[in-house]
Amino acid sequence: MYRYDEFDHRFVEERVAEFRGQVARRLSGELTEEEFKPLRLMNGLYLQLHAYMLRVAIPYGTLAGRQMRMLAHIAEKWDRGYGHFTTRQNIQFNWPKLNDVGDILDALASVEMHAIQTSGNCIRNVTSDPLSGVAPDEIEDPRITAEVLRQWSSLHPEFTFLGRKFKIAVTGCAVDRAAIAVHDIGLQIVRNAAGEVGYRVLVGGGQGRSPFIAKKLREFLPREDLLPYLTAALRVYNLHGRRDNKFKARIKILVHEIGIDAYKEQVEGEFAAMDRASVAAPWEEWTRIGAYFALPDLPARAGEDAGLERALKADPAFAQWVEQNTHAHRVPGYRAATVSLKPVGGVPGDATAEQMRVLADLAEAHSADELRITHEQNVVLPHVALADLHKVYRALAGIGLDAPNRGLITDIIACPGLDYCALATARSIPVAQAISNRFGSTRRQAEIGPLAIKISGCINACGHHHVAHIGILGLDKAGVESYQITLGGEPADGPAIGERTGPGFGFDEVPDAIETIVNRYLELRESPRETFLQAYRRLGMAPFKEALYEAA
Amino acid sequence: MRLLDRTGEITDAWAFVEGEEPAPDAPCILPYDRLEEALALAAARPGEVGLHLPNDTDPRGLKPHFGVLAMISVDFPSFADGRGFSIAKCLRLIGYEGRLRARGPVIADQFAYLLECGFDEVWLPTHVAQRQPVESWLAQLEKVSLSYQRGTPERAHGGAGNAPARASILEQRRAARSEGARG
Repeated sequence: MYRYDEFDHRFVEERVAEFRGQVARRLSGELTEEEFKPLRLMNGLYLQLHAYMLRVAIPYGTLAGRQMRMLAHIAEKWDRGYGHFTTRQNIQFNWPKLNDVGDILDALASVEMHAIQTSGNCIRNVTSDPLSGVAPDEIEDPRITAEVLRQWSSLHPEFTFLGRKFKIAVTGCAVDRAAIAVHDIGLQIVRNAAGEVGYRVLVGGGQGRSPFIAKKLREFLPREDLLPYLTAALRVYNLHGRRDNKFKARIKILVHEIGIDAYKEQVEGEFAAMDRASVAAPWEEWTRIGAYFALPDLPARAGEDAGLERALKADPAFAQWVEQNTHAHRVPGYRAATVSLKPVGGVPGDATAEQMRVLADLAEAHSADELRITHEQNVVLPHVALADLHKVYRALAGIGLDAPNRGLITDIIACPGLDYCALATARSIPVAQAISNRFGSTRRQAEIGPLAIKISGCINACGHHHVAHIGILGLDKAGVESYQITLGGEPADGPAIGERTGPGFGFDEVPDAIETIVNRYLELRESPRETFLQAYRRLGMAPFKEALYEAA
Repeated sequence: MRLLDRTGEITDAWAFVEGEEPAPDAPCILPYDRLEEALALAAARPGEVGLHLPNDTDPRGLKPHFGVLAMISVDFPSFADGRGFSIAKCLRLIGYEGRLRARGPVIADQFAYLLECGFDEVWLPTHVAQRQPVESWLAQLEKVSLSYQRGTPERAHGGAGNAPARASILEQRRAARSEGARG
């Protein structure tokens, strides 16, 4: 994992001091509320429906045990004992007081964390694959690139007052677990014919009220050109992106309106004219950062473990969890384990301080002191020995985080919705809870198979409903919550935006509607191996639409 | 109104000409839509004529005239509209070495960024200048001492304006490495 050097420490400490000064200048009237707002947002502080909300950056979703323990401490000392992990691999605290925020930022700085650029019209926390450094088919750990980008984008003099927020995601595998096609810039680490590592660059993806799948900007960008090229891409956006309408200000709209060819031509022109060497990260900086992401020192182990085999036979619930929630590891004798933050009927992504502490303990004892937050709002213990899996599972069961549902119908993504968010038009969390309760049976979930439900409480689509197999969008229709359903969205495997089924459903009708869709799928699938998404792609909307609207 | 650079408040020697006002017989900044007139005047009175650019102007078109334009002022209609940062960066990259001014209701918290993008000075309207004392602007440069970027160009025309507002962490790491290698 990356560790701060003296400069990183000083940078974050100065930033906290600067923020305290900004709060004081706001209180003295030197800064107006309008001026203060983007400054607090760039430090992660929102004003929500009921209180301030502090969004803390978890760069590319990677945490050490002591950092998770600090999040638990913050939750207890300055919040209400829990935190909410988000689709951008960050954590949100929903109830901090403005006067405490400086102290919270100091506490974060003491464990090499911050809230810089988790909001505002700037380059946001760079996200990545939760299985970075673990996946057997990875070309290179994408967190090296993500950390280079984190540093480069922090308080960038030219790109801190963009037209709108700017999100970058990086993956190091052909299998994309970082949803790069729905980011402003998506980077896939690839090798060219000469065996050199570089990037396939996508641009202009995004969700919100106008969803777009990103378009290809470069088939291969050499690594040394990454920062100059992104500088060119951002500069063209900063100069030419729309400023007249907040809802048309993302880069996806610029790319859509002028076309990918015209955008690319401008970027390449800017890139060609630039003094690239003066902008690029020096090679020594890549190797310096890269060294932090070497595979941890995992003791050699056999590829099989007799104790594990016995436990799998003796404990069917554990076997189910191993089957559903663990992933292949590049080192024999290890698995990566997803800790689902989606207990049946629970709030997606929430964790209590006690749960965070147990996760920290487990990371230290059984996962080389590492944790990952996923964009599906779960946690990964990336390096668990086969021999430790049962022990880890029982510890998770002790805190109610043993749901064997990763990728299944109750592994629901949901934004905070009208329970917290000032932008929301409808509730999200209670909808997720109702669906989760409806499909709570482990056996039924396994029978249905892979199915991603994602819920957003407004058009801004923080719940990623556009790229859900079944997406749910909560709107306000004349003071009444109404939920639109979309089908067939997918963030990675042939990325696609879901299509609307038709008129929306009332709050109480949503679980029935989902059940109708699922039952129709179960009737029509060719075999239990045909997933919902595959069946939808084969069958199209018609049978589902008919089931939803014509039977009634 | 107030004009300041990294040393603090300075005197404004430039008249800002708006709309169809006649250009005075003194250093003056003309609006971009009077470009032809400004260039003719600049040829006759070298060092005394500047141009004020709206922030949707493509600055590359001005390159042939850099030799005669002693001042370019870039409009910031709002502190939140960051196009001016990229315009300044472009102007410096393509070789503009004259005086560069940011004009509008920008805030002290942006001072280091403005300097790093190539601005020499900031012109504030009265309502902003009244709220934000000069001390806050100078304190901002003290408060943030480090940046992660490189490539803040050093310019040829000399003076205190040359050094970046913040020290580059990457350059400092590089220096520390070569020191380590020597030691």
